[in-house]
Amino acid sequence: MGHSQKESVWGSCNLFSRKAILFSLTLLVFFNFHLKDTQAHPLSPPTELFAQDTPNDHGKSISLNWNLSPDDGKVEGGVLSYEILRSTGLQGVFEVVGSVPAGTKEFTDQDTALVNSHNYYYKSRAVAVTDSAVSEIFGPVTPSGQWFHTGKTSVFVATLLFCLIIIVAISYAKRGGKLYIRPLAGINAVDEAIGRATEMGQPILFVPGLGEAYEVATIAAFTILGRVARKTAEYQSRLIVPAYYPMVMVVSQEVVKSAYMDVGRPDIYNEKDIFFVTQEQFPYAAAVNGIMLRERPAANFYLGKFYAESLMLAETGFLAGSIQIAGTDEPIQIPFFVAACDYVLIGEELYAASAYLSRDPVQLGTLKGQDWNKLAIVILVGLGILTATLGFAWFINLFNVNI
Amino acid sequence: MTTVELLWNGLAAFLTLCIFSFLYKDNPFYKFAEQLVAGVALGYWTMLLYHTTFTDKVLIPIFQQGKLHYILPTIMGIMMWTRFSKKLAYLSRIAIAFYIGVGTGVALPLYMYNYVFRQLQATVVPLQFSWLGLNSLLMVSFVTCTLFYFFFSKEHKGTFGGLSKVGIYTLMAGFGASFGLTVMGRVALLVQRIIFLREYFIALFGS
Repeated sequence: MGHSQKESVWGSCNLFSRKAILFSLTLLVFFNFHLKDTQAHPLSPPTELFAQDTPNDHGKSISLNWNLSPDDGKVEGGVLSYEILRSTGLQGVFEVVGSVPAGTKEFTDQDTALVNSHNYYYKSRAVAVTDSAVSEIFGPVTPSGQWFHTGKTSVFVATLLFCLIIIVAISYAKRGGKLYIRPLAGINAVDEAIGRATEMGQPILFVPGLGEAYEVATIAAFTILGRVARKTAEYQSRLIVPAYYPMVMVVSQEVVKSAYMDVGRPDIYNEKDIFFVTQEQFPYAAAVNGIMLRERPAANFYLGKFYAESLMLAETGFLAGSIQIAGTDEPIQIPFFVAACDYVLIGEELYAASAYLSRDPVQLGTLKGQDWNKLAIVILVGLGILTATLGFAWFINLFNVNI
Repeated sequence: MTTVELLWNGLAAFLTLCIFSFLYKDNPFYKFAEQLVAGVALGYWTMLLYHTTFTDKVLIPIFQQGKLHYILPTIMGIMMWTRFSKKLAYLSRIAIAFYIGVGTGVALPLYMYNYVFRQLQATVVPLQFSWLGLNSLLMVSFVTCTLFYFFFSKEHKGTFGGLSKVGIYTLMAGFGASFGLTVMGRVALLVQRIIFLREYFIALFGS
């Protein structure tokens, strides 16, 4: 009876209705399975988590990497980001120390809370909209600092070789070896400029630039300042040195004082003529311009590190009618000095000037050594071009630095 | 422009004109602007250094964080003050020597990397028979000649003298280009300042 009733219900449906019922049932079954599938398949965690002390640093840093979760890249229910969790103990509380977007496989933990020589444990957590999955714990990892940066080995070796060449040249000079230095017009004019200022009874202005006291250009300027100060002490001229940095002022005072003492005239040394102006570029330039127009120095020296103020200073000095000698290793500023000064020391000529003036064997040897080093660079360029043309990249790769 | 803006911009316009007056000759207006800007800069830096150096690198590390190794550089800093005593002035030289020595030591590898390695890598290009190859060849030749110009322990005579002369011409060509570029930048600054003055006077008096 039942069978016949069922048959009669099914049988009473027309063909279209039967198909609609079958289609609805198929859809229901599909969505039911799909729903079950998403509920049943949890988010997969990232795998192969690996952590190590970041190499070539001062410590307090750990580098991590992992394999992406299989769910990374899925549009629906896929990974949105990875969180990095850290703990000081295997059983301890893991805290989130960073987060990176999906698709990222690495992270560097540079938290200031990291302490060198302490153990740390890490986990990486894949995060989706409603779910998350944590990797296995990796550890212990210990951050530490390194004394030697292996990525800079080539720089280290080259610096050693360059220094060695210079030491050989210095020892050659010290043994009395004859060393020639070509004349530098700007340096030959130093005595002339000081003599002119003395004859006119006007002061000499020495601007040591905007570089810090430890910069090579400033150190070269100090050497020339010593020479200028000796001459001004001999001629009893006034020397004015406005400083941009307090430390430059202090060193300038020491240099000038030593020069006056060497000449036997410490009595005419006036510390107040070597003064700090300000540590701001254009106010400094404005102040030095004012000095030029009010003190009317007969000779201006601009030696050291200069930036945008170079033309302002040199142009004002030119208008004031001073004889001007400039020198800097800033390539952008040299053209302005060339345009407005009587003599210019271009780049390395500034460094050479101190050796030329002092005739000190150490400095002369250094200069000779530098020339040998330049020759070595020319040879290296030639070898590099030859090997690159022949298709060998290894030679130029020797100079790769991994910072 | 509000009244406050008008007042502040008026001060800026006045100081701009004071500085421009230097083009005529040194005068009290220029002196005023010069000393004002130098004084303000000095005061600003004094406070900045007090906070970023004395507070951040002396007071906080030593007295709040207990980092006693900060005492050593602090002592070095104090040694600089001994310059005011004739008896102890020599102590300041130790601090100066340390400061310059460390600075130079840090700079040395940086110079080697920036001025030797990177330049060398940029100069080394394979030779090829094309316009690009010719360009590379010229670049290498000019770099070499410029290096020859900076040889100080060899007399610049004969072939070497000729090559070094090519080097100084190369430098001058580079300086000319650099000069033009920078002058254009300065003209742009001047134009900007003139526009500022023009807008201020329009706001003040109407167009």
